Amino acid sequence: METIPLSYYLVLSGILFVCGVLGFLIKRNIITIFMSIELMLNGVNLSFVAFAAQWHLMGHKDALSGQVFVFFVMVVAAAEAAVGLAIIIAVYRTRETLNVDQVNLLKL
Amino acid sequence: MLHLILFLFFGTICVAGAINLLAQSHPIDSALSLIVVMASLAAEYLLLGAEFVAAVQVIVYAGAIMVLFVITIMLLNAGKEERTKGSRVAILLGVPGVVIGAVLVAWTLLFRANTSAVTLGALPGGPQEIARLLFHQFLLPFEITSVLILIAIMGAVVLASRPDAVAKRHHTDTPKAMPELVGAGKEH
Repeated sequence: METIPLSYYLVLSGILFVCGVLGFLIKRNIITIFMSIELMLNGVNLSFVAFAAQWHLMGHKDALSGQVFVFFVMVVAAAEAAVGLAIIIAVYRTRETLNVDQVNLLKL
Repeated sequence: MLHLILFLFFGTICVAGAINLLAQSHPIDSALSLIVVMASLAAEYLLLGAEFVAAVQVIVYAGAIMVLFVITIMLLNAGKEERTKGSRVAILLGVPGVVIGAVLVAWTLLFRANTSAVTLGALPGGPQEIARLLFHQFLLPFEITSVLILIAIMGAVVLASRPDAVAKRHHTDTPKAMPELVGAGKEH
């Protein structure tokens, strides 16, 4: 059976992570910035699963822990999304804007 | 061969969705392309054999979390974002820096890293194996996440409820509520 190198998965996960970082830096809408964070978490999840596959092939006993970590990352991401979006709603209510450049109370 | 074709197909969709997320200026377009990214990532997990993770990815990420995002965009009536001018130095130095870094990391991973090769469905990732790990070895973290979710629900309710609603509830509960609290609530 044909195989493909595991590093392809790692490169894909790196590309996704870099896209997330880029969106976090260049986007001005607070909701889009939050979505970029989710994109970064997804890239990390892919590398977790890829390394779990590597460990499984190397014959480690508890190689499936990587997938359990992905499960926990998803739980934390769900909690983070709920609280973060509530914070965004609260920010919109007080500042009447979603542009991060206009949320500048802490700037000198 | 089949594995490589499927990997490249879903990987291309994934990267195209991620770039489209950056290119779109309206948040709802970004949200929809993020759903595309998550769905094709679920296919990538399935190719590795992680069935449970793929199912949870679709249900939790592409389903629940993205519904939260879309509802928030709808609720706040978010429009197109305004373009702000970035600094020229950042573009001139940053873009070549990112390209050089990406090429270096990709080259190292592809040709110098000691990673093995995988076949289609290499991992035993069904719900049975995951559940055995989750309820034996990772039982304490699993229970702690339930507390985390509870705290997150309470935090979301407290943060998203209107300030004057909180003040009004306080007012009806105790007839002699603090007048400054009710007054402060009416300002918003």
